[in-house]
Amino acid sequence: MPVPILKQGPYLIASIQSALTDADLMLLRDALVERVGKFRSLGVIVDVTALDVMDSFASRTLRDIAHMIKLRGADTVIVGIQPEVAFAMVQLGLTLEGVATALDLEEGLEFLDKSAKQRRQEMDRRGR
Amino acid sequence: MEDETRLPIRTDYDIVAAREKGRSLARQIGLSSTESTLVATAISELARNIVRYAKQGEIIIGLVDDGERKGIELEARDQGPGIPDLDRAMQAGYSTSGSLGLGLPGVRRLMDEFEIVSGVGVGTTVRVKKWKQ
Amino acid sequence: MKEPEPRKRGARESADTTNLLRELVAHLRENRTQLREEWARRITEARLLTAMTEQEIFAEATSVYDNYVEALETETFETLQAYARNLSERIIPRGVETHEVVGIVLLLRDVLARSLFAKYQSDFQTLNRILDAYEPAANRIAITVAVGFVQERERTIREQQEAIRELSTPVLQVRERLLILPIIGVIDPQRARQLTEQLLRGIRTNRARVVVIDITGVAAMDSSVANHLVQTVEASRLLGATVIVTGLSPEIAQTLVNIGVDLIKMTTVGDLQGGIEEAERLLGYKVVLNAETRA
Repeated sequence: MPVPILKQGPYLIASIQSALTDADLMLLRDALVERVGKFRSLGVIVDVTALDVMDSFASRTLRDIAHMIKLRGADTVIVGIQPEVAFAMVQLGLTLEGVATALDLEEGLEFLDKSAKQRRQEMDRRGR
Repeated sequence: MEDETRLPIRTDYDIVAAREKGRSLARQIGLSSTESTLVATAISELARNIVRYAKQGEIIIGLVDDGERKGIELEARDQGPGIPDLDRAMQAGYSTSGSLGLGLPGVRRLMDEFEIVSGVGVGTTVRVKKWKQ
Repeated sequence: MKEPEPRKRGARESADTTNLLRELVAHLRENRTQLREEWARRITEARLLTAMTEQEIFAEATSVYDNYVEALETETFETLQAYARNLSERIIPRGVETHEVVGIVLLLRDVLARSLFAKYQSDFQTLNRILDAYEPAANRIAITVAVGFVQERERTIREQQEAIRELSTPVLQVRERLLILPIIGVIDPQRARQLTEQLLRGIRTNRARVVVIDITGVAAMDSSVANHLVQTVEASRLLGATVIVTGLSPEIAQTLVNIGVDLIKMTTVGDLQGGIEEAERLLGYKVVLNAETRA
């Protein structure tokens, strides 16, 4: 089942609704990387609240998504990882290093706002 | 093993179906929600290895009881190429982030008991158990 | 734990034993009042079951006696086993010890054996055969009761450990979005795991953004526990919370460095107070002294 991607102002929100096959995850990756340029988005939120298993493939794909989006000039934040899922992930040694995480959608939006502001300040400093 | 459930594994859709089945069986015998998640994650890793390296195989989920504890046993079986260097496959770094190796060390950390038999050109069988705490 | 298998007997010997046990049981039934009193008296004399009153001892002695005789008669031990478990459940909270329970059962065995001596002393051959039938059964009864008691005790201890574990890892909310987890005592892998699960759930339900884990009360830490701690920090981050660890003793700091645990990813602050201050800074709180305090 493909993942719906919503455009919310300068951000894209991908909200995973049910268990995903590997093919679904690849589709999600491709769609996000394409749309972030098309809509000139500043940030992407991937909401995984509905996922009850995050194995090495899913984890690696999420990390790839974050890195590719970074190269496209935007930020990514993964929100809604469940406590049991996080526990299993660290047992497997999957820690999503270098990828931002937040508790839920609201926190994710706040993170992106802050991050965009910081980025502007950084640009200003360099410009001077 | 009693009450076996055999699940053929061929496509990535079968991976999703197998881990959902495993989780519901784990819950049925009273494993906690965290333990059931560990079981489902292990199934996902084992099933993916089958799809990726052997193309097809099966996962057998069964209930075990040693008189004092109940638990769940998973057996992942394929007739694929086999693993040439088992020792190395079992070492393969603590934080591979899933990018290298077969994820077998990860599966071992998720479960309580772990056994593997593999022959080049013959196939691989992984048997793991998770006991109810 | 498995009950010991009864000794294998030939068919004739078995029938013989059953007849002897029947005779024995008749004797024990006939002399129930006197033997039971004798037993209760010896229990008091030996200062066993001191946590119980004399009336209680007599009441329990009566039911143990009847169950004992019944087990001899039927040569089955299920009823006795269930009774032993039930008895244990009642007397363990009163502080009755294992040696007392084993002691009273052995006393009953002796009291009954003596009465058999008295009855058959003139007929040595019958006495011998009666004792041959009686002893294995009596031993088995003693084992059944003792094992039942010990198992019940172990179960109670396990339950208590569980309760203590849960009590000993409180996840406290001190401010909105800030949790504190003070860890005190020994951390074994099982407790470490439970602690992690509790913390992760706490983060989710309290919507915590920062967690301070204080380990001032932890005396020692080995590499497996240290790795658990690192995993807890990593899992909390996956949920979106930052963890600050405080109160690492010089000994623990030394151990962690020596065993080479990867602590780079961990934020540490010297003490709990500093940890809370750092957490408040992360959450955007500013501490301002008011005029009154300043004056």
